[in-house]
Amino acid sequence: MKVALFVPCYVDQFYPQVGVASLQLLEKLGVKADFPMQQTCCGQPMANSGCERDAVPVYQHFVKTFRDYDYVVAPAGSCVYHVRKHFDIIDQTTEVQHVRTNTLELVDFITTVLGVTEIPGSFPHKVGLHLSCHGQRGLHQANESEITPVRDGQLRRLLSSLQGIELTELDRNDECCGFGGTFCVAEEAVSARMGQDRVQDHVRNGTQVLTGGDMSCLMHLEGIVRRRQLGIKVMHAAELLNGNPV
Amino acid sequence: MNHSHPELAEQFVKDAERTTWHDETLWFVRQKRDRSIYAIPEFQELRELASQIKNHTLSRLHTYLTQFEEAARANGVQVHWAANAEEHNAIVLNILRKHGAERIVKSKSMLTEECHLNPYLLQHGIQVVDTDLGERIIQFRNEPPSHVVLPAIHLKKEDVGETFHLHLGTLKGEKDPQTLTEAARLHLRTKFVSGQVAISGVNFAVAETGSVVVCTNEGNADLGVTLAKVHIACMGIEKLIPRLTDLGVFTRLLARSATGQPVTTYTSHYTKPGPGKEMHIVIVDNGRTKQLGRPDFRASLKCIRCGACMNTCPVYRRSGGHSYDFTIPGPIGAILSPNIDMHKHKSLPFASTLCGSCTDVCPVKIDIHTQLYKWRQVIGENNELPASKKWSMKLLSRVLSSPGVYGWGGKVARESLRLLPHGFTHAKALNPWAKAREMPAPPKQSFREWYEQQNSNGKA
Repeated sequence: MKVALFVPCYVDQFYPQVGVASLQLLEKLGVKADFPMQQTCCGQPMANSGCERDAVPVYQHFVKTFRDYDYVVAPAGSCVYHVRKHFDIIDQTTEVQHVRTNTLELVDFITTVLGVTEIPGSFPHKVGLHLSCHGQRGLHQANESEITPVRDGQLRRLLSSLQGIELTELDRNDECCGFGGTFCVAEEAVSARMGQDRVQDHVRNGTQVLTGGDMSCLMHLEGIVRRRQLGIKVMHAAELLNGNPV
Repeated sequence: MNHSHPELAEQFVKDAERTTWHDETLWFVRQKRDRSIYAIPEFQELRELASQIKNHTLSRLHTYLTQFEEAARANGVQVHWAANAEEHNAIVLNILRKHGAERIVKSKSMLTEECHLNPYLLQHGIQVVDTDLGERIIQFRNEPPSHVVLPAIHLKKEDVGETFHLHLGTLKGEKDPQTLTEAARLHLRTKFVSGQVAISGVNFAVAETGSVVVCTNEGNADLGVTLAKVHIACMGIEKLIPRLTDLGVFTRLLARSATGQPVTTYTSHYTKPGPGKEMHIVIVDNGRTKQLGRPDFRASLKCIRCGACMNTCPVYRRSGGHSYDFTIPGPIGAILSPNIDMHKHKSLPFASTLCGSCTDVCPVKIDIHTQLYKWRQVIGENNELPASKKWSMKLLSRVLSSPGVYGWGGKVARESLRLLPHGFTHAKALNPWAKAREMPAPPKQSFREWYEQQNSNGKA
């Protein structure tokens, strides 16, 4: 099985430890992933801003970079969702279809492709899980509260297997954090308010470590946590599952 | 006047306490909706069925409209067709003139709001009284509705007390909902009795029977229609359903999705005029066929106006309905509005994080967030984006399609963030992100730099 790691642009630049944890975690699970050096971005920033056409060269670059792999794995549900859903505007060659179908979010890959249900290790902390919308609703990685009261999902299950972990029960299980790509600056006032409310739900319910499967949401929430100097640590789920210390 | 959502939203969010209250009130409605739909095991099948009925109807709209018109005429109803808002208003005025009517009562109709019927009739010397409590409150205040089901949801009881003190003479500072409602009730009774013509909206129009169905919780449509000599029902062409047996699917979905009720208190069927009375139906297009002709946005016409997408939308809850500056606010309004005026409403498809909650909550399965994404592209293609955004995205594309430029650019950005003073990198005027958030702490090495180093050390 030939697997490539896709490290989204902002993770590469600002959260290299998330890329490292993803690589190490995969290795622990018996998968040696490559990191093709020419990779850049999935093109979502342009497309979400209404400039889909400008993103076409980036889409093509993405496909060219990853076409020879069986799977492309990324620690970011939103970017994966973008590749799978929105690469529909370029010519649907076999390789484009191959890359779209086989680009998977890290936890999704671990759960569905590797068939892993438990991760050995312990994390004796109170952990608040931020369900990122594109992973949850877009890639169906967790139940939607609009449809069922059952709170279940791939990441919740994997995290629960860690010894000593206690998952926070939030008042609003799956409300959006307000990041939304360029929304975070174009609609700065509402975006910030949404993030503050999201963080407050975690504070109210005793979260010590805030985690999730999408670093972009976490980057926004971390920005608020640090501005307000709240005693919450923000970590990507790959770091928890890899056994990184708090 | 400024119509941009970010600016209007920023105004709203400034009042943090009111924003909290607005958010919590609508979230409470969303929770009521959740509880009531969780109790129906077949709810998802109902959604699917409703969606298919609507898809089917829209695919044969001409046939069903014709069938509806014929059935309604056979029932003794006078049917009128209006291509746009102006024609709609003129038709209504014409009927009123024919009867010499000076006072009309109206039961909540978003279509007449869309057509700006009230100001038009006032201009022509006709007194219009909205009889839905929420509608009446905002009518006193000369404001548009801020929600399709809860038109005065942006107001607190203190605001209503103040409004009623001014217009109905209730005691200053009165904020007891019971007392205020009683005052409105007494006031509205006199209006019902003196109303010469009743105008109502239409929730569903049944092609098979030619009848229209109106759902209310206050019974105000019935009071108005029963007491007046003439009933004018105003409907958009998309309100049709094929058969009476289809109605149950929609009434089960509508009230649950809107407020969490099993069914609205009143579900009134109007089929023919009473003895000695007249009934008119005005069927309005006003941009709907244009939307029907846009394959990407056609599904927006399935909307049954339950307002669930507004209640669930985290952006709507924190920015208020007026920030959309359109008759139908919220996620669905952001799809409908660019169809009417793309230039004016160009910011609305961007007033969303594309979280998809609207799509999951929609009782007729409109892919709302997908359509918002598509509108963004149409707006971009039509050169309606701010120049700064347009050019920065072109530049970003150049950077991101070249690994070398990207690597170098990232390094420069990280280094600048590390070396420049915090006050500069976080200056609110330069960096909107930093108004309420810290920038990520820049690491010394990017992931690719780390990976390269590992490789050269022979480790990876």
